[in-house]
Amino acid sequence: MKRRTFIQQTSAAGALIGLGGLTVSSANASKTKKITILHTNDVHSHIDPFGPNDGRNANKGGVARRASLVESIRKENPNTLLLDAGDIFQGTPYFNYYGGELEFKLMSMLKYDLATIGNHDFDNGIDGLYAQLPHADFDFVSANYNFKNTVLDTHVKPYKIFIKDDVRIGVFGLGIELEGLVGKRHFKETEYIYPVEIAQDMSRILKEDEQCDIVICLSHLGYFYKKTPDKISDLLLARQTKDIDLIIGGHTHTFLPKPTIEKNSVGKNVLVNQVGCYGLYLGQIDFYLESDKENKATGTTIVV
Amino acid sequence: MLTYHKLFMKNKLILLFITILFLASCKNEHSKTKIIGKRISISDSLQTNTEIEAYIKPFRESVNKDLDSTLAYAVDTFSKTDGKLNTAIGNFMADAVLEMSNPVFKSRTKKDIDMVILNHGGIRSIISKGNISSRTAYEIMPFDNNVVVAPMKGKQIKNMLSYLADRKRAHPISNLKLTLNKDYTINEALINKSTIDFNKTYYVATNDYLYNGGDRMYFLKSKDSVINLDYKIRNLLIDYFKKIDTLRPKIDDRFKQIIDN
Repeated sequence: MKRRTFIQQTSAAGALIGLGGLTVSSANASKTKKITILHTNDVHSHIDPFGPNDGRNANKGGVARRASLVESIRKENPNTLLLDAGDIFQGTPYFNYYGGELEFKLMSMLKYDLATIGNHDFDNGIDGLYAQLPHADFDFVSANYNFKNTVLDTHVKPYKIFIKDDVRIGVFGLGIELEGLVGKRHFKETEYIYPVEIAQDMSRILKEDEQCDIVICLSHLGYFYKKTPDKISDLLLARQTKDIDLIIGGHTHTFLPKPTIEKNSVGKNVLVNQVGCYGLYLGQIDFYLESDKENKATGTTIVV
Repeated sequence: MLTYHKLFMKNKLILLFITILFLASCKNEHSKTKIIGKRISISDSLQTNTEIEAYIKPFRESVNKDLDSTLAYAVDTFSKTDGKLNTAIGNFMADAVLEMSNPVFKSRTKKDIDMVILNHGGIRSIISKGNISSRTAYEIMPFDNNVVVAPMKGKQIKNMLSYLADRKRAHPISNLKLTLNKDYTINEALINKSTIDFNKTYYVATNDYLYNGGDRMYFLKSKDSVINLDYKIRNLLIDYFKKIDTLRPKIDDRFKQIIDN
């Protein structure tokens, strides 16, 4: 029996028993809940802000500034998740000197909750990534990389569930095809699996089996490929799947001024977002939720 | 809040009922009523988190100290735009690759590297007159490409020569001497100061980006297996700077066109 139906059936009895003593807590329990999702992608070891003389990004970015911003948002709403969509590594000498140690340590200090793996995270080989894992206080998810015959076996889960203010948030990860992007000697026996069917399985598991209220895909597939529009990308994934609420993307360094709203395979809205690269922006998606029964008919308003 | 208020006023009973459901089941079901998405710029108007900044500081200082310590001296400013078919900065890079890679290659294979080819576009920065540091190497070569040695036979060598003659660009080369006629046909081509033997296998050092088709140098790849030296071009340049005292590369006659024939 599915858990949702089970609860609906048993709760009627509970209601009868409980009717007497309910007053104060009732207003609290049924209030609107707010879940904030913060995200970065393709930070590429950009720890320091760009200098004042940089031709393109003068005085922008910087982990210490991102930290204050995240802290103030968390203060306002403790029910916040901070996610990264991969390519944490490679781009400044910090990576060449410390191999990603500082990137992971700082992300841990910022209390990142979860990340997925980008192609550049293999730049010191899969062993180089594995060696830095002890410095990360957060988990990695990837549903379409099979690490079974590699050192990462058991260290990367397909998905993770967070419970914030009793709201269940399921996040699964997807990675890009490594062949041609990363040398075989770096990714070794990592097996890439075409992500569409996997994503469909994941969203079904999260929505139905795990009863998640919010399903998020953390993707390093890339936003969209104009020259090869059939190459799997976040936009195509959004259209070809269902039950995903939000796709947080990376890889293509796409600076979206606001999230894209796509229709999924059953005509429902999916948000696709990506915040360019180098830690120049932080994405913020706020989900407002109410208890199921009172809101069955109304649907979701999206403001971007 | 408004929504909640309205609902509360109108549907007190329903709300009460739902509350009871929560308490009874200890399991919630939620519907999304609203989603708001935006991005926030990370700019200098945000405060710097002092704890994070203090944590980064020793790493930054250590990296900068290492990056900025003087390794050599450049007698002039060298740019890839100075020179027609060969440039001083390109000659330095190709010669450095030959000089630094050959001992590595020889120790592994007992053979010598015959020549080097790189790409003009791969020189990412100028070298300024004055002190040279590791940072200079990062500026010239920000990418993590490795030296690879490709065994090349007659047809490939021919294709390489016609590529160079056809592109008319100062792609850095070392130990190859290529002279073009006025009409850009090949006048003379020498490897190791000798006429090219098109039946022989030559060992050509380049980087993995070019070997894998970068800048359309498709002639580099063949069925014969390439040897990756696991030596990053950038590290090679740093080692070269440490080895020399003064950098004074010159434009020479390794790749030229005869104007009067």
